[in-house]
Amino acid sequence: MESLFIINSSGDVFLEKHWRSVISKGICDYFLERLKNSNDVVPIIPTSMNSTNLVSINRCGVYFVTVCKSEISPLFVIEFLHRVVDIFVDYFNECNETVIKENYVVIYELLDEMLDNGFPLATESNVLKELIKPPNVFRTIANSVTGKTNFSDTLPVGSLSAIPWRKSGVKYTNNEAYFDVIEEVDAIIDKSGSTIFAEISGEIQCLIKLSGMPDLSLSFVNPRILDDVSFHPCVRFKRWETERVLSFIPPDGGFRLMSYHVTSQSVPIPIYLRHNIHLKTGEQGRLDITVGPKTTLGRTLESVKLEILFPKSVVNCSLVTTQGKYVFDQNSKILNWDVGKIDVQKLPNIRGSVTVMAGTTIESMPSINVQFTISQLAVSGLKVNRLDMYGDVKYKPFKGVKYVTKAGKFQIRL
Amino acid sequence: MFQSLLSLIIRAFDRDHGMTDSKYFTTTKKGEIFELKSELNSDKKEKKKEAVKKVIASMTVGKDVSALFPDVVNCMQTDNLELKKLVYLYLMNYAKSQPDMAIMAVNTFVKDCEDSNPLIRALAVRTMGCIRVDKITEYLCEPLRKCLKDEDPYVRKTAAVCVAKLYDISSSMVEDQGFLDQLKDLLSDSNPMVVANAVAALSEINESSASGQPLVELNSATINKLLTALNECTEWGQVFILDSLANYTPKDEREAQSICERITPRLAHANAAVVLSAIKVLMKLLEILSSDSDFCATLTKKLAPPLVTLLSSEAEVQYVALRNINLIVQKRPDILKHEMKVFFVKYNDPIYVKLEKLDIMIRLANQSNIAQVLSELKEYATEVDVDFVRKAVRAIGRCAIKVEPSAERCVSTLLELIQTKVNYVVQEAIVVIKDIFRKYPNKYESIISTLCENLDTLDEPEARASMVWIIGEYAERIDNADELLDSFLEGFQDENAQVQLQLLTAVVKLFLKRPADTQELVQHVLSLATQDSDNPDLRDRGFIYWRLLSTDPAAAKEVVLADKPLISEETDLLEPTLLDELICHIASLASVYHKPPTAFVEGRTAGVRKSLPNRTIPSASDHDNNVEATVIPSQDSLIGDLLSMDIGDINAPAPASSVIPQQHSNVDLLGGGLDILLGGPAPTAVEPATLNTGNGLLGDIFGLSTPATTMVSVPKITWLPAEKGKGLEIQGTFARRGGHVFMDMTFTNKAMQAMSGFAIQFNKNSFGLVPGAPLQVPTLPPAQSTEVSLQLNNTGPVLRMEPINNLQIAIKNNVDVFYFACLVHGQTLFSEEGQLDKRVFLSTWKEIPAANEVQYTLSGIIGNADGVAQKMTANNVFTIAKRNVEGQDMLYQSLKLDNNVWVLLELKLTPGSTEGTLSLKTRSVEVAQMVFTAYEIIIKS
Repeated sequence: MESLFIINSSGDVFLEKHWRSVISKGICDYFLERLKNSNDVVPIIPTSMNSTNLVSINRCGVYFVTVCKSEISPLFVIEFLHRVVDIFVDYFNECNETVIKENYVVIYELLDEMLDNGFPLATESNVLKELIKPPNVFRTIANSVTGKTNFSDTLPVGSLSAIPWRKSGVKYTNNEAYFDVIEEVDAIIDKSGSTIFAEISGEIQCLIKLSGMPDLSLSFVNPRILDDVSFHPCVRFKRWETERVLSFIPPDGGFRLMSYHVTSQSVPIPIYLRHNIHLKTGEQGRLDITVGPKTTLGRTLESVKLEILFPKSVVNCSLVTTQGKYVFDQNSKILNWDVGKIDVQKLPNIRGSVTVMAGTTIESMPSINVQFTISQLAVSGLKVNRLDMYGDVKYKPFKGVKYVTKAGKFQIRL
Repeated sequence: MFQSLLSLIIRAFDRDHGMTDSKYFTTTKKGEIFELKSELNSDKKEKKKEAVKKVIASMTVGKDVSALFPDVVNCMQTDNLELKKLVYLYLMNYAKSQPDMAIMAVNTFVKDCEDSNPLIRALAVRTMGCIRVDKITEYLCEPLRKCLKDEDPYVRKTAAVCVAKLYDISSSMVEDQGFLDQLKDLLSDSNPMVVANAVAALSEINESSASGQPLVELNSATINKLLTALNECTEWGQVFILDSLANYTPKDEREAQSICERITPRLAHANAAVVLSAIKVLMKLLEILSSDSDFCATLTKKLAPPLVTLLSSEAEVQYVALRNINLIVQKRPDILKHEMKVFFVKYNDPIYVKLEKLDIMIRLANQSNIAQVLSELKEYATEVDVDFVRKAVRAIGRCAIKVEPSAERCVSTLLELIQTKVNYVVQEAIVVIKDIFRKYPNKYESIISTLCENLDTLDEPEARASMVWIIGEYAERIDNADELLDSFLEGFQDENAQVQLQLLTAVVKLFLKRPADTQELVQHVLSLATQDSDNPDLRDRGFIYWRLLSTDPAAAKEVVLADKPLISEETDLLEPTLLDELICHIASLASVYHKPPTAFVEGRTAGVRKSLPNRTIPSASDHDNNVEATVIPSQDSLIGDLLSMDIGDINAPAPASSVIPQQHSNVDLLGGGLDILLGGPAPTAVEPATLNTGNGLLGDIFGLSTPATTMVSVPKITWLPAEKGKGLEIQGTFARRGGHVFMDMTFTNKAMQAMSGFAIQFNKNSFGLVPGAPLQVPTLPPAQSTEVSLQLNNTGPVLRMEPINNLQIAIKNNVDVFYFACLVHGQTLFSEEGQLDKRVFLSTWKEIPAANEVQYTLSGIIGNADGVAQKMTANNVFTIAKRNVEGQDMLYQSLKLDNNVWVLLELKLTPGSTEGTLSLKTRSVEVAQMVFTAYEIIIKS
């Protein structure tokens, strides 16, 4: 990685950082040329300048474009860029053009601290926050009074220990450990309602506020269902392999402990759609959709949203819903129906007519993107058994586990 | 709500208290620089710092603030770390443009390198390395040397990276000052982060080293250190370590296994880069492991889940993963054969992900999952994205061609799509249906009428050309073919060249099929092509047709209506050697571009190409003697063997080669097969004017005339010297004539009495050679010689000999029985049927595991590639294809031994050099050395 350019959606380069020699931002033209044709720019494009390449990601409407030398691992760069954005979000709560412009200097310092000559230096938010304090109202006031800076002058303790993700000397008055088991159902459902593809991708998000150096082990009632896992570096892989127990010294604060995929068992589909859509050129089309719960183990479907992508030839629609509001965007041809909670007694329905422009062919079929949330349920059936704590700790923490199931990429084809 | 309100308040607060940086841009007037200058020279610390921040902010957006250089450098002497850091940031950017001024900073740097705070020591050495000014670099050496031995690991790891920076500025300085050795020492550092950075620095230095030769050789000991550090260092360090592990070839299978075991846990890492680099190492080690072991099977199974997991990451990660999976699927189709569903496209995938997924779906398609794939493809064909829809329609065509039993279903799916009347769908469908017609002639012609209905809507050249081809090809079944073609002719001048060529050919076809009523039409088109066109291709073709039609209509028929070569099923497969090279580059840019680094990196020589580990064979010199010298085993042991062969019907083990690739009956020379090798697109429906078959055409294409050279003959050597044969001397050699192996011998009687009653017997041998007839040697008077030629059959019992072509012979006469051994010349065992179809060649090459690949360096090559190919053909080594890669000629050759062992070869010749590299793949590697020797003999002839 030699240089980074941050580019907004209209193609202006508004930040550049060079880790080696300065490279003219003219090199971005290779990228901008492609951006003109499509917003989905291939993440890796060659340039004809000194056999360099541009590796880019697109997040929060901003493009992060790096200039890379020939034989680099592109995934390395992509992962690093995502990490950079994660850190920005961590520091400033969001990451868009305005935020970046407002915090140029901190961002510049961060970028310099994260990478040296193309080698990542510190990418753990713990370590970085000790080096460069995130902006904070009170500290700013304090600094202006005392003349201190928000830049640390001592080496962070964690940066070189075998556990770089945790700083020492953490102290809390209330010791808490929360685990959120979040599962997303990715599915493609065909016209007749049968499942073409479905899998569960889950993750365990932790919020750990524990003093000292706690050593935790988390066990499951049914670890067998986890066949494809990836872990935060803190997890001891050997113990997982032999005992199916997650043993780790946690970072301080929030982090993702593990993510997993469940494909081996048949995936229960929590929602179904009864739909009747008829589109014909030059005529009033009909649309009638009812949503209902399928396999939810007695839980309620909440925050249900439907996003229907119509073909270009659809001009407008006039519909009636029994529940929730709908919006049709004429430019993108997307119909959004915010259904909300589903009451089993009275299933939500949307119906009405759809206008198709006369004299056009219907070149594609509509498809529906579904969103929903089910709280207190991990659809895979994964259950935490217990959490044990070892290490130099003499307190009883408050422990909590929460389960939630959501729709991931959940599509219904019509 | 509350949150957003809060953030609003905070932001307002920030603005008032000067926390955000946007205010640094408020002054953009003329006096900006001047104003900053005075602020930088202010006495107040705070003001100074604010000013430097403003300078940095301007720099960040690309404004030139280099004029402030001396003022900023003045701020460097400070104990405020943030200020120091900001100044350093500024220096890194502008030192190059102000080298004389930058010298001012040197003293501070050197002092900071001695600071008690490790953070400052590290910062100083790090910044100095970034300043690419010679005068500063000179001062860097001493501090760097100290920092490499610093007590603090943070400083050491920063210094390690600095060596790589310095190497980039001045490689000679790094080598002269011994920094490389210091860096190598860091590989044994106690801190894993330091080890990881040392590895990273070393691999970068290796990459950029001018010689292209690695500066640090990996051995078992360093590998062990790296594997230990792998478990403890950061995710980024793990990538560096894995990448350098990938360059190491273990010495044996056990070592490979143990490395695999220690790397597999990385497959469960959350960082996609770590996962993919681990996969690279494992894919390479799989080549060394014997493919039938349990270990190998388990390992292969473990590779699928992490690959699948990568596909649920961010789109960019998915893209890189998919490009790599594309390679892995071609190399080891088994790994992902059950994972078809994860490649199903979601409509909100970015287009670059969609297209890659589609490609992999086709590669994974087979008879068992084709139904699923087809129904998916049909869905895709109704999506919004036009590019994607087109590719989906093409994919249906590829399925039809690849999975024969599905062809019918594919055709009906295509028909359904044509019914949608969506213009671009119809056009794509017609293009692929043309290919289906070519693959399955006379099967689906019933749909022609449906196709003709859409004639008017076609506006793309490729679709029009395809339609015209179909009309011409099936003119006899389309009643109004003449009208249809005539309607095209009206706008002949405006058509694309591709369509014009097709029209010309189609009309001529029509004329040949229905001469009665189309004379006018053909004359019209011929005059359009020859008189009104500027396109030389079109004119030439027009003239050729014209002349053919006017001189010999029968010949014209034979030429124009000749059987079309079939198109091949797998298109755009990578060439095996390229694929192997790319497998070594998994996770790197090469794997994304599907090109070797040499193709997109300047100044890279071909010498450093990576290749998968091979089983190697000792060089030729050891074996040269064998060609002349006859191995005579001790007589005692031989007698037993020879006696036992009289019993005859002991069931000898069959030769190791039981798998023989099926020779396809149809010859596809101009179609896809050739294109796979040449890497071009399939020629669109243009008939090769072919009267020849098989070799002839191949010869024409490659400029190989019918073989003028003859088979090599090896001079006779003495098999049995007179002193051992009690006066009988036998000289002999082997030759191949008319498809049989002959043993040509000269018997000389050097004894004092006549010899008679000659008989011959062979011991069991590797190729089952036995005399085809009794030995016919007349009574041999003293001091007389006689020439004998004995035809051999390969119907005898088989016994594996060492070397493989060793033949033990017993000759009896009235004096005694004599035993001797000789080597059958490899080339005499090359069968006349050794030519493989290109497709078969390609698929066989792929099927044979890489462990069965042996390489050999040929020397003393006479003549160019064509000459060599000619010589080889004369000796039953058949050239399948020839191509030129980066100035080197590659010959792809096949041969078949008489015992049905196929041998596939790739011969790489550098014009002007007498050396060449021969890569051989066969299921029976035992024959390799014999083939190499034969090559040497043929090539030197």
